[in-house]
Amino acid sequence: MPVQILMPALSPTMTEGNLSKWLKREGDKVKAGEAIAEIETDKATMEVEAVDEGILGKILVAEGTQGVAVNTPIAVLVEEGEEVGDLPTMDIPCVPQSKPEVSAPARMSEARQSEGKIIENRDILYAQGYVLEPPPFDESEFTEVRAMTVREALRDAMAEEMRTDDLVYLMGEEVAEYQGAYKVSQGLLDEFGPRRVIDTPITEHGFAGLAVGSAMNGLKPIVEFMTWNFGMQAMDHIINSAAKTLYMAGGQLGCPIVFRGPNGAASRVGAQHSQCFASWYAHIPGLKVVSPWSAADAKGLLKAAIRDPNPVIFLENEMMYGQSFEAPVNDNFVIPIGRAKIEREGNDVTIVAYSIMVGKALKAAEQLAEEGISAEVINLRTIRPLDRYTIIESVKKTNRIVSVEESWPFAGIGSEIAALCMEHAFDYLDAPVARVCAADVPLPYAANLEALALPQAEHIVEAVKKVCYAN
Amino acid sequence: MTSSKTKKKPKLRSISNTNPEPSAEEMKKLYREMLLIRRFEEKAGQLYGMGLIGGFCHLYIGQEAVVTGITSVQEKQDTVVTSYRDHAHMLACGMDANGIMAELTGRVTGYSRGKGGSMHMFSREKNFFGGHGIVGAQIPLGTGLAFSNKYKGTDRVCLTYFGDGAANQGQVFESFNMAELWKLPVVYVIENNQYAMGTSLARASAETHLYKRGASFNIPGEEVDGMDVLAVKEAGDRAVKWCRDGKGPIILEMKTYRYRGHSMSDPAKYRTKEEVESYKETRDPIARLMGRMNEAGIAEEDIKSIDNDVKKIVNESAQFAQDSPEPDSDELWTDVLVEMQ
Repeated sequence: MPVQILMPALSPTMTEGNLSKWLKREGDKVKAGEAIAEIETDKATMEVEAVDEGILGKILVAEGTQGVAVNTPIAVLVEEGEEVGDLPTMDIPCVPQSKPEVSAPARMSEARQSEGKIIENRDILYAQGYVLEPPPFDESEFTEVRAMTVREALRDAMAEEMRTDDLVYLMGEEVAEYQGAYKVSQGLLDEFGPRRVIDTPITEHGFAGLAVGSAMNGLKPIVEFMTWNFGMQAMDHIINSAAKTLYMAGGQLGCPIVFRGPNGAASRVGAQHSQCFASWYAHIPGLKVVSPWSAADAKGLLKAAIRDPNPVIFLENEMMYGQSFEAPVNDNFVIPIGRAKIEREGNDVTIVAYSIMVGKALKAAEQLAEEGISAEVINLRTIRPLDRYTIIESVKKTNRIVSVEESWPFAGIGSEIAALCMEHAFDYLDAPVARVCAADVPLPYAANLEALALPQAEHIVEAVKKVCYAN
Repeated sequence: MTSSKTKKKPKLRSISNTNPEPSAEEMKKLYREMLLIRRFEEKAGQLYGMGLIGGFCHLYIGQEAVVTGITSVQEKQDTVVTSYRDHAHMLACGMDANGIMAELTGRVTGYSRGKGGSMHMFSREKNFFGGHGIVGAQIPLGTGLAFSNKYKGTDRVCLTYFGDGAANQGQVFESFNMAELWKLPVVYVIENNQYAMGTSLARASAETHLYKRGASFNIPGEEVDGMDVLAVKEAGDRAVKWCRDGKGPIILEMKTYRYRGHSMSDPAKYRTKEEVESYKETRDPIARLMGRMNEAGIAEEDIKSIDNDVKKIVNESAQFAQDSPEPDSDELWTDVLVEMQ
């Protein structure tokens, strides 16, 4: 059967081109892959190759023709002994023209998803912008507590999960023999051996990619970055390899991995070692981002992160490692990702914070209480998926909100919270949302300048007074 | 491994094909695989020209001997990972031509339900781990797949393919270092087609013998005629055995050539027509194997029957890829995260 040769597209944007030259004449034999003509666009000249073998039966578009539309039949290929004759009108397959139907434009729902309704896929509803009640969790069940540092809590979380699942392993610089650059992995090498607690060379890009590859094949790596600043070298693997693979694979292949390490400013280590990455990673669909404050947070969230079948970014804080808190001792204390915690109830204003800033927010709340302002402090615990419900419900009660973070203001977590309140609680707000952030400069070294650059309790008090019109 | 260049490790050598005598069945199988790749890619090029395939589309035409020869020596359980020039690797792994072509046209019946495209396809069942669009990213990933094979106590090997362009990425050397340090079972197959997009090897690489790239990590390397499927098979066999025996990683530099541009929209001005023609005429991997098959007296009708089979598979895949529906609009939202219950 005769085959039509069509004017090809050289790129997805090409709509027409010039047929500059025929390299074969009518009656010539052609083999598959052989060049038969040259076409040109404004960018390039390329050869058209035959896809089937046969004889060039008829040339339909003469050489030198300008502006030939893509998919126009330019020649007919026939088999030996076959006549071009009267060609049947052949169907030319067309580019699908269907416009994408968007089934659900990001819906601005009012809270209450759970009233009699089963939430079928929380992640999809979250992606569509719903405000959902957070996953249920009753912390009051865990009555047996002991004092532990954040450092110990993190270690215990890893040890408990490694005891129950051989697929979990820890990898990073100085995690094994040195016992952790900040001693977070103390004792793990002794208990689990070098197969599962692995010292790496200083090659973040390489070992992050290696760990992602192992996760694609079923292992559950915990990758420690000595600090998240060095994790920037591994950014491509975190985002392009870990976060996107599930989607690009149509759900066939995921990446259960935890990337963890200290995030944000430490103390007098200068600009390159002092940066909060929360909003960087929270921007990415396919990642979960968690940031604990207390020892209980650290333990319960890290256990959840290790059990989660998705890539989780776990942002710790060096300044918190040595702080002691009461934390549940029960192995089943696993805090659901996506659920914030109200650390202190209040009625006049909501303060939203995460990581080290929770402590500063609580300090500010105490000071405010003395001045007669009752502040509610929300510890976000998870940055993505953000517990929108808890924030919105609190704002509905207090009508005022201040967000606090250690990162820069532009496109920060506070910006997201401000947008959230605009979209879902506009009518409840009695004052514009206020943001307390780091100064919009690289972090300086000098003690006085560093203190000026980072949010302090006083800044929070000041912002609260502003939204309460209480100056 | 025998050494000719240096006394101490690393053992490097330029390969001389020892011309093993393959059986007729073996040759027919290799011929079929290579032809399937070529015809599939030609068809993909055609569909691209018709606007049915969008975005980037990197064809493997000319390089067929590399993946065909290597795949012929690996076990089913071995893991494979490669770059964005990946259609051939999927076909060689035994993935379904229909599913691959339908992914190229962005249809729901494609391997990634239309959400990956030419550069991003996977098959858990066939142990094919992509299909990666960022140059060089698959190298640590493949090293990690090898790590997981070893961690689980299996003797599976990971075949990690990359091009001469990716060979200059820093993450290659990070991976080499860890692979040798931890004796990971990974065969690094460098598909040196001599052009990183439009930049020739000599213009981008201070050392153009890429099989030597493992030298400072004590990883042995071999240079192989990547236009001769039997030479590839022989070297691949040795390399896979090296890894399976627990000796750590190994590098195979396949000297090969792509006939088409880097991607569909490449006018290939950086090389002469004569150079391309000379490869097609004197080095073509399919024609060379055909020569061996003729010498071995394989009947013409046997070859014709393979040709027809391949043509049928490819034409069916093209039809399937055009007839299948686009993904349902709900697919936009699925597979971002593994659902938690």
